[in-house]
Amino acid sequence: MLEIALKGSKRYYGWIAFLLVLIGIGSMAYLNQIMVGLKTTGMNRDVSWGFYIAQFTYLVGLAASGVMIVLPRYFHNYKKNTHLVIFGEFMAIAACIMCVLFIAVDVGQPTRMMNVILHATPNSILFWDMIVLCGYLGLNLLVGWTCLEADRQRLPHPKWLKPFIYTSIIWAFSIHTVTAFLYQGLPGRHYWLTAILAARFLASAFCAGPAILLLVLKITEKVTTFQMPRDAVRTLVKIIMYAMCINMFFFMLEVFTSFYSNLPGHMHPIVFLFAGAHGHSELVPYMWTFIGFAFLSITLLVTPKLRENQKLLPWTLAILVIATWLDKGLGLVIGGFTPTPFNTITPYWPTGKELLVSMMVYAIGALVVTVLFKIATGVKEEMEQSQSLPCGCSTEDFCDCAAKAEAEAEA
Amino acid sequence: MKNNRRNFIKLAGIAAAGLALAPKAMASSGGHSPVKKNPAGIDAKRWAMVIDTTRLNTKEDIAKLADICHAIHNVPHIEGKREVKWLWSAPYGQAFPEQENPHMSDEVHHREYALLCNHCENPPCVRVCPTKATYKRADGIVAMDYHRCIGCRYCMAGCPYGSRSFNWGEPREGLDLAKLNPEFPTRMRGVVEKCNFCVERLAVGKLPACVEASEGAIVFGDLSDPDSDVRKVLRERFTIRRKPTAGTEPGVYYII
Repeated sequence: MLEIALKGSKRYYGWIAFLLVLIGIGSMAYLNQIMVGLKTTGMNRDVSWGFYIAQFTYLVGLAASGVMIVLPRYFHNYKKNTHLVIFGEFMAIAACIMCVLFIAVDVGQPTRMMNVILHATPNSILFWDMIVLCGYLGLNLLVGWTCLEADRQRLPHPKWLKPFIYTSIIWAFSIHTVTAFLYQGLPGRHYWLTAILAARFLASAFCAGPAILLLVLKITEKVTTFQMPRDAVRTLVKIIMYAMCINMFFFMLEVFTSFYSNLPGHMHPIVFLFAGAHGHSELVPYMWTFIGFAFLSITLLVTPKLRENQKLLPWTLAILVIATWLDKGLGLVIGGFTPTPFNTITPYWPTGKELLVSMMVYAIGALVVTVLFKIATGVKEEMEQSQSLPCGCSTEDFCDCAAKAEAEAEA
Repeated sequence: MKNNRRNFIKLAGIAAAGLALAPKAMASSGGHSPVKKNPAGIDAKRWAMVIDTTRLNTKEDIAKLADICHAIHNVPHIEGKREVKWLWSAPYGQAFPEQENPHMSDEVHHREYALLCNHCENPPCVRVCPTKATYKRADGIVAMDYHRCIGCRYCMAGCPYGSRSFNWGEPREGLDLAKLNPEFPTRMRGVVEKCNFCVERLAVGKLPACVEASEGAIVFGDLSDPDSDVRKVLRERFTIRRKPTAGTEPGVYYII
């Protein structure tokens, strides 16, 4: 099926060339980082993980998100998701690749990465994170590719695949749980040392992930003949709404436990993030933007009229993505390292080079998404599944215009 | 080379022989090479340290010890947030943030405290390390293999004491190459390092450098031996450890 990715319009090749340029620029920054060491970043002795690990954490959520399409399809036989499943799986592949790359650019001695396998250490959560991420990548490659191949040959999906599909659904929960365990098992990092962290990771993943997926699919609709079935979108947006509400509920549980107990260790990071401490208030505007955007997105999602408004929906989703990213892609890691073990505050802010390297990884992810989505939409077009109708509906929608269009076509 | 059956069988035979030999080759390189112990070396079941802060409590005195430590271990001198340090000093509030109160004795409050790796009984850094580059020795010392470390810095996130430093850049840039100690390796960029309780000195029968230079203000010995110096001091004097709530059981005690 790879040949589908080779045949494309000028715009398609232009986009790919643009991504390659971004990757090229970013790789210069990465080469520089390899030559002189991680001092090209803003990380330091006290905030020893930064933007890279934060992006890794956020993207694990994106990888886990596809399951919000796959699970209703296979556990609840929700047929309307049938033609979206492949995009969830392909997005997971790109997200897993980005996760692995963000770890790779973060380590000080990347050439020794295989030591994690050569000297396997099951008591380290990082070892398990490697297992679950690579496993999830493999599962999605296997399931996604096999299903699409079968679709293309107009064959039913092979029976032997079922166990892999069910495994991948459970596995999706494991990748974010294990990623949370990376953080929440560390004594002395109070912002992370909370049993709700894994649950909160899952909740934020299941809102932010599908939101990003929907936004990317909205763009896909613009540049291909693919059209998402309306009911599937409606259902997914409802899932996003519930997940975001649960995410913020968990956040409030965190705030209650910290402040009602009055335990200094638990209060300090939250105070630092939202009010500043020892004269450092760099993150305060960002964290309040997170709170503001989170509740704005919830308002837009829980109000049926606003939720159903397809013009507004991309904005709602974008606001939600920004909110969750500020929370998990910025505040989580810095908050965990602040205050330091000495109860002092060491500021951290990513450098330009750090952002360029991150841009490289995101561009690689975008390239993978582009190629995989091109293949998937190509097959859907060949099969005439989930295609856009002149009236804006999808062929899966069974709306009146479908009948009209057919009648017109026959006439 | 032509691909005929004869060649194929030859290659298959070589491959099979390789497969049969590989495990043995791996086993022979498996880190169990015979160790010849130095008869002068000193050994313990659990090395521990007691720092008498009534005697060692100024920045200058601790800096003297740190300079010696850093010189013999080729610890680079780097200014600012990316510093590398094995032994350093901090005021009470930073050393014991959970055990501060607003009306402490001025004298205790204004002392400087020598900080270093605690060589914990339950070290979180060892628990989290994905490659066993940080490991606990049989004598309780938490040691590091700088050549196995991948530089993921999980141990730095895991350590509740901020005892670990990462080489953000080339460490030799922070060293006076003319004054390197040739008996101890320098590190490369991209790996973590920390105090090693002077394992290389214990192996030849010397006490840790800071202990030797402290003129008795730091006591070092076997915690499992009731007659050792450290046990004697711990019986007689009031001591505290850093962050007892972390459950790590530090091996460094402070006489207050």
